[in-house]
Amino acid sequence: MKFALAVYGAPANSQAPQSALHFARAVVAQGHEIVRLFFYQDGVNTATAIAQPPQDEPDLPNEWQVFIQEHELDAVVCIAAALRRGVVDQAEAERYQLSNHNLRAGYELSGLGQLLDGALMADRLITFGA
Amino acid sequence: MSQSVCIISTRAPYSGQAAREALDAALVSASYEIPTSLLLMGDGVFQLLKGQETSDIPRKNLSAMLQVLPLYGIETIYVDQVSLDERGLNVEDLHDAITILGQGELPLFIQKHSKALNF
Repeated sequence: MKFALAVYGAPANSQAPQSALHFARAVVAQGHEIVRLFFYQDGVNTATAIAQPPQDEPDLPNEWQVFIQEHELDAVVCIAAALRRGVVDQAEAERYQLSNHNLRAGYELSGLGQLLDGALMADRLITFGA
Repeated sequence: MSQSVCIISTRAPYSGQAAREALDAALVSASYEIPTSLLLMGDGVFQLLKGQETSDIPRKNLSAMLQVLPLYGIETIYVDQVSLDERGLNVEDLHDAITILGQGELPLFIQKHSKALNF
């Protein structure tokens, strides 16, 4: 079965990215397909490269990145939601003349249309953190 | 099967960005010419209140966004009757172009769509 996953909560204030990662691992382990990951609302904070949780706590942004890269998943971060919350890639940093960029490798900034596109491509859209 | 989308919006209008970002999703869906329904439930029904005045918060007025929905082909906003009753809201206090769904109608209404996006 084809799944699309939407994540709306941030690692520091929601269980959503953790639950979504558990679910995503189970999807892959059972031989199903993840056709799109979409990070929206506060979920965009999952994709920041500069969060540094204490060493005795799980590093969720890192775990997500490893999972995405290992399985070569299509991981999209909503560009409008990300810009609002300070998650930018190099191109956006240059466009807005920002001093830094912090989007992790493995993710792509794109429009909200990718959420709809993912929902329509998939047999099931599973939302975390609504 | 032809696709259709139900956007379910459950947050109060100025509690974070959730309501705004749900409306954005509805507009994007409709602009892709996917048949799109917007359903307000829970605290989402507060988005329909008339006379929202946001200059002191200050936030962008979301009710102005509701006015443009018909331009995108979303002619009516679906509203959960139970959520209105629980919050003591009356129809005359609300945005005009709404369709109220009773308790028994909700599951069937959502089921009519091929995808539900919950916010």
